[in-house]
Amino acid sequence: MTTISERLMPVQSSVTKRSWRWMRDNLFSTPLNTLISLVCIYIIWNVVGGLISWAIVNASFIPGKDACAEITGACWGYVHANWRFLMFGTFPPAEYWRPFVAIMMLTGGMLLTMNRTFWTKWLPVVWIIGFIAVYYILAGGVFGLTPVRTGLWGGLTLTLVLAVVGIAFAAPLALILALGRRSEMPLVKVICVVFIEVFRGVPLISVLFMASVMFPLFLPTGVSVDVLLRAQVGIIVFQAAYLAEVFRGGMQAIPSGQYEAADSLGLTYWQKMGKIILPQALRLVIPPTMSTFISLFKDTSLVVIIGLFDLLAATRAAVNNPEWRPHYIEGYVFIALIYFCFCFFMSRYSLYLDRSLKKATSH
Amino acid sequence: MTEQNRLADRESVIQVTNMNKWYGDFHVLRDINLDVKQGERIVICGPSGSGKSTMIRCLNRLEEHQEGNIIVNGIELGDNVKNIEEVRKDVCMVFQHFNLFPHLTVLENLTLAPMFVLKQPKKEAEATAMKYLERVKIAEQALKYPGQLSGGQQQRVAIARSLCMNPKIMLFDEPTSALDPEMIKEVLDVMVELASEGMTMLCVTHEMGFAKKVADRVIFMDAGQIIEQNEPNEFFNNPQNDRTKLFLSQILGH
Repeated sequence: MTTISERLMPVQSSVTKRSWRWMRDNLFSTPLNTLISLVCIYIIWNVVGGLISWAIVNASFIPGKDACAEITGACWGYVHANWRFLMFGTFPPAEYWRPFVAIMMLTGGMLLTMNRTFWTKWLPVVWIIGFIAVYYILAGGVFGLTPVRTGLWGGLTLTLVLAVVGIAFAAPLALILALGRRSEMPLVKVICVVFIEVFRGVPLISVLFMASVMFPLFLPTGVSVDVLLRAQVGIIVFQAAYLAEVFRGGMQAIPSGQYEAADSLGLTYWQKMGKIILPQALRLVIPPTMSTFISLFKDTSLVVIIGLFDLLAATRAAVNNPEWRPHYIEGYVFIALIYFCFCFFMSRYSLYLDRSLKKATSH
Repeated sequence: MTEQNRLADRESVIQVTNMNKWYGDFHVLRDINLDVKQGERIVICGPSGSGKSTMIRCLNRLEEHQEGNIIVNGIELGDNVKNIEEVRKDVCMVFQHFNLFPHLTVLENLTLAPMFVLKQPKKEAEATAMKYLERVKIAEQALKYPGQLSGGQQQRVAIARSLCMNPKIMLFDEPTSALDPEMIKEVLDVMVELASEGMTMLCVTHEMGFAKKVADRVIFMDAGQIIEQNEPNEFFNNPQNDRTKLFLSQILGH
């Protein structure tokens, strides 16, 4: 046994030897493979090398614009000078701690919610209280906080508010729509089908545009609904329409035997759905659900067209500042990283959730 | 004939009169008349597509009938949802493919309906569940998930799940057809035991040994009709109808 295993896995310089062998077998096995490999290596070398020399080697990490006068790489002093604006947008600088607390509460709430031990009936209650708290922390007007109108909320704060509130309300609405679409009551079914098809059939931009431009025309004069609220509702109904179809797909994938078993045991419709069908159906559609959440997160950047000032809009405003105009790339790279971090985290979480739920019920 | 006497003075628990059912234009059940006494054990057989599964699925309204009456335990089955829920409390069904809930443990599978439909406290439901799991000889698997059990074990869990509802009538829809041969016996043993305890049973099956052993009456169906019914001895030894004879020769022939 020892001789065989020694021959199979030589202890001495095994890593180098194995990687040479791997390269010979996979990259340079034939002349054509060798050629393709060399071309790819050349391209990667150029792109990655260029990126590294721009972002790190030739870059300046010293705060202040003057430090960037001579360098050819990135000027990360941009981030230092502008990060507050990117985080909090046009919120009054003296009150920056308030959006900071809001960001902490929203991300903290998301992190807690990801832990399955908190999945109880109290979770929605905690979230609703949390949302009310976040609203008053940002809007002020209570406990001596200076009122700040919603038009001034901005940057990452606004993006997070739109995304988290969007997810929290779109998901239950989608569930109701999905159940309604599969309902045997004709009126309920028609309403849900029309709702889903209308909002799925138009771009989010036009939903937001309608919410901001057309919706006020239908209101009696003197009555106005906050533009942020309108945008938020627009995002919720739009994403709920998509998500409803994802959920419906999950429900359709549950074998009819599960419905029959639940029926034959005398469970009511809501017991059957709540205890048998939805737990299985929602588990099936974790990946596409998370996809929808991720696109919801990124689509919040479209609110810029109705004059709201989210993370992307704040970046654009910051690069319009003549002082920093030459360094707009750094700004966009920085917020791309922020978007990526959130989205990548959601994507990894979906994988983890999918796996841990599967592991719980199989061999 | 003693069997007939045993049931003679019992009351009827299921009365089906002139039941008809269509799938679109297809007439699946034709003029079904059936009277089931309390404690009666009925085996229903027939070629595939003869409507035997459809018929017993009408008895707890998993399928709706279009004509005729079905009265179960004195409750008329129709569009009335309350009636349907009442009937389903008393009538349980065991399926060909078990239809256990894969996301719940064996124990949770058994306690769900008693807790939500019969409003039993959790403790009581779990005690009942363990009692029936022991009866089907599978108590040690209570905390596993259905996917971790063999087919025969799953079907025994499914039977225990039904028993937890304390049903008056049990419907079996080909309970052994999806099982490997070596697992059929363990399920049939449980069913024989149930029968010996006086459960009212309607069982769609091709297990003729089971029919001979426990049935009070064997019903033969073909093309949506009840062709022939008799007590098992007569049914197997002296079938009247040509189609019954052909069917029996096919399934008993080898």
